[in-house]
Order: sequence, then structure tokens, then C-alpha cells
Amino acid sequence: MVISDQPRHSPLHVVHERLGASMTTFAGWRMPLRYGSERTEHLAVRGAAGLFDLSHMGEIMVSGPDAGAALDYALTGELSAVASGRARYTMICDPDGGVLDDLVVYRTSELEYMVIANAANTATVLAALVDRSARFNAAVKDATGEYALIAIQGPAAAGILGHLAGGFNLATMKYYAGAFGQVAGRDAWVARTGYTGEDGFEVFCRPEDAAHVWESLEALGAPAGLVPAGLAARDTLRLEAGMPLYGNELGPDVTPFEANLGRVVKFGKPGDFVGRDALAIRAAAAPRQLLTGLVIESRRIARHGYPVLADGQQRGKVTSGAPSPTLGVPIAMAYLDVGAAGEFAVDIRGEAAPARVTDLPFYRRSN
Amino acid sequence: MSIPAELQYTPEHEWVAMEGDSATIGITDYAAQQLGDVVFVSLPAVGAAVTAGEPCGEVESVKSVSDLYSPVDGEVTEVNADLVDDPALVNSEPYTAWMFKVRLPDGTSPVDLLSPTEYEELTQSAG
Repeated sequence: MVISDQPRHSPLHVVHERLGASMTTFAGWRMPLRYGSERTEHLAVRGAAGLFDLSHMGEIMVSGPDAGAALDYALTGELSAVASGRARYTMICDPDGGVLDDLVVYRTSELEYMVIANAANTATVLAALVDRSARFNAAVKDATGEYALIAIQGPAAAGILGHLAGGFNLATMKYYAGAFGQVAGRDAWVARTGYTGEDGFEVFCRPEDAAHVWESLEALGAPAGLVPAGLAARDTLRLEAGMPLYGNELGPDVTPFEANLGRVVKFGKPGDFVGRDALAIRAAAAPRQLLTGLVIESRRIARHGYPVLADGQQRGKVTSGAPSPTLGVPIAMAYLDVGAAGEFAVDIRGEAAPARVTDLPFYRRSN
Repeated sequence: MSIPAELQYTPEHEWVAMEGDSATIGITDYAAQQLGDVVFVSLPAVGAAVTAGEPCGEVESVKSVSDLYSPVDGEVTEVNADLVDDPALVNSEPYTAWMFKVRLPDGTSPVDLLSPTEYEELTQSAG
């Protein structure tokens, strides 16, 4: 893959500069890591609302009479069965069942789907979709540059966005549904989706409208406790919610089954799909390792790649870890051998920090 | 970002306050901002011998783990236990939240420390 030297700027770059964000290069984009304290941003999302720039995410349009059938073949889900205006969480696997990316797919109309890919995987997903749809009457197009993506997440999100939304009924919009309408007078696709474990929305608008939409939401939301939130808070929010991050919990060396996400593989759908045979074998066999939650009984953070020990023997590896602002203790996700038992610990740079195995997610919202 | 005029600095983004033969050491406002919320500080043991430029502890934030370096040779005389209980002090008051104190060997003085102006240039060139 060719990686250009210069990271891409989000359409909201000047807004982030005005806000004094600490920027980071993530998957070839300069994106806000935090605006102030990531802990404060995290807690604002749990208690009120946070505003996120996710314009680095890839948008790939798949359209045409056979778009649904093409996606049924290309992905693990049954996208042809998704109603217009609804969304699915799904995955794209390689022929041996390894995960190439996890995706949210919106059916924006009878004839069109919008596939949201992780920024680092957009090129891979695009190439795979082009290849896999070749024998279908469907067109695949990278539209990443045509959209800014702004997420508003948290218990106050619906109230704030409701004041600025037009052309669709936000109050009755279901989780994992979406509609075309306006936000602050600008055309947008608005969906009730997110990656924080809270109620919230994702607003796809034109890049030239992004600053106006952002600033309108920020101004209206600030009195309700809304704050701009960076990728650091997004990562701890999704970790508490037990949601996988590609590159940490998901990758070409695991199938959806090890990640406890076998439900995304729809063996009953019509026609063949890429990875079916390999995934069927994995579905029938007992997995060797499973994704597990850990609470670390130490003040140190168990980070990606650290060994997990059971009675002193390595039985797994941490995939993600962070201090949990909501729980007040360090938490982690890890792939752990099925059947591993005894006293658990994480080897944190040579020191065995005691750990407790726990169910995922670490946090579930009350409503 | 603040760079107090009365302190000296290192390229590892630490500050040093000299008082007689004793150096008080912490990390700069710039470092604290770069790290983000500090969640854990590991300090050297009192009585330990430290060497200029060598790691002697760790500063752990949500996103990263960074080594803490001693800017001087000498013996650790005191560590700030408050930081172990409340690491967030490093973010809120980086120049009050000292980390450790080192007594320099008789007749020696610190070498290669940066003036406030030199340190400011360093942070600007770092972007």
C-alpha cells in the first residue's frame, strides 16, 4: 500500500485548531486526540454529551439493483434483508475467515448502501468490495472525501440534536436506523449509531457544511454539558462498552467467533459468501481463545500486547487497556485460552499485576 | 503553556530547581499536556543512586508510558508521595508537583541543562 507523506486534514481542522486540540496522526489523518482532559471528555459523554469528529472514517457507496446481493456475498451479514433506513453492524472477512474490517452498513435507499469502514482499512475494504461485486449489477465508489462525519453521543444528544434537526423525526428514530434530513439547515444523513455505549447520533454532511453543523451543535449543546471529545475519550468509551477496535481485538488472525461476535455471520442467507467454509468450521469447533474482560487490581494500565498469566503461566494477551473513568479502575480486554483458570495476572513490564476476569461489557447504560 | 524563568530544563521535558547541592525534579507543563491525563507515577527509591540521562521511574498516562529520567548524578533524598495517590496533580500543577529530589556529589554541578529560552525553542521545534 502506498502511504502518502502528508496526513489528510479533516474538514473540521480549523475548528480543532480554534479549540486548541492536541492533534494526532491516526491512519493517515490529523485528528483530535483530546481538547483538554480525556477523562473529563469521557465523563461528559456518560453524563451529558460529547461531540466527535470522525471524518477519517471511510464511506463506500454500493449501489444498483444487485447491491444487496453483492454485499451478501462480500460481507458476513445479510444486507439484502436490511430495510431501507436501517443499519447493520457486520464484518468483511477474507476467504480463511480472518476479519478484514468491522463495518456499519446503512441502507440509505432501496438501491444504495453506505459502508462505513475504519480509516486504516478503507482502501482494503474498497478493493475487496470492488473485486467481490464484479459479477453483480452493482457499483462501488469511495465517497470518503464527500462526507464529514460528526458524532453526538450521550444521554443529552437526542435533546440537543432534536433542536437542530429537520425533515425527519428524530424522537422516533430507532437505534441502528437512519434518515436523510437537515441539521442546522444543512443536508445530512443522520443515524442513531455510535461507538460509546450511550445513546447518540452520527451526522454525515458535506465537508463544506461541517464547521457550521459542528459549531451549531457545540453552541446549542454547551449549556447542556456537551463538550468536544477526542479520539482518546472515544477509545476509553468503547472499551468500557466492550466494543472491539480493529487492530486490537479484531484482525486477519481472528474470526468473529473468537471475538464473541459470531452473531454477525449469517449462514442462513441466500447464496455463497466469502469465508463461508472457513467460518463454518470455526463456528462448529470450540474456539481456542475468547475475548475476555479483565479488571486490573493495580494502578497500572495493562496495555495492548501485555501477557496475561494464570498461575504464572502465559495463557493470553491483552488487546486493549485503559483506566476506566466510569469504574475508577484499570480495565482491559484480552484473548484468553478457553479453560484457563487460577490466579490471573497481567505482566506489566515485568511486574505481575493481579487481575480479575469479568463479563463484557464493563459498562451498560441504564436506560 | 508555561515555562517558569527560575527553573532549568532538559530535552526530556523535565524541570530542575537547584538549591545548594539539591536538585528538585518534575516534568514540564508541555510534557504533561503531551501525555494527557497522568494515571500512575513510579518514582525511584529514596537512597537510590541515579545517573544523569538514565531512566529512574515511569510516568503513565491514559495513552502512553514514558520513562522518567534523572537529569543529574547523585542520590535520591526524597520522593513526592502525594503523586502516587493523586497522579492528576502532574496535569493540574506541573511545577508544584515535583517528583523527586537528588543530592549531587560534593563539588559537582549539573551539566547540559537548558535555560527557559532554550527549552522554549525546543518545544517549538518539536511542533
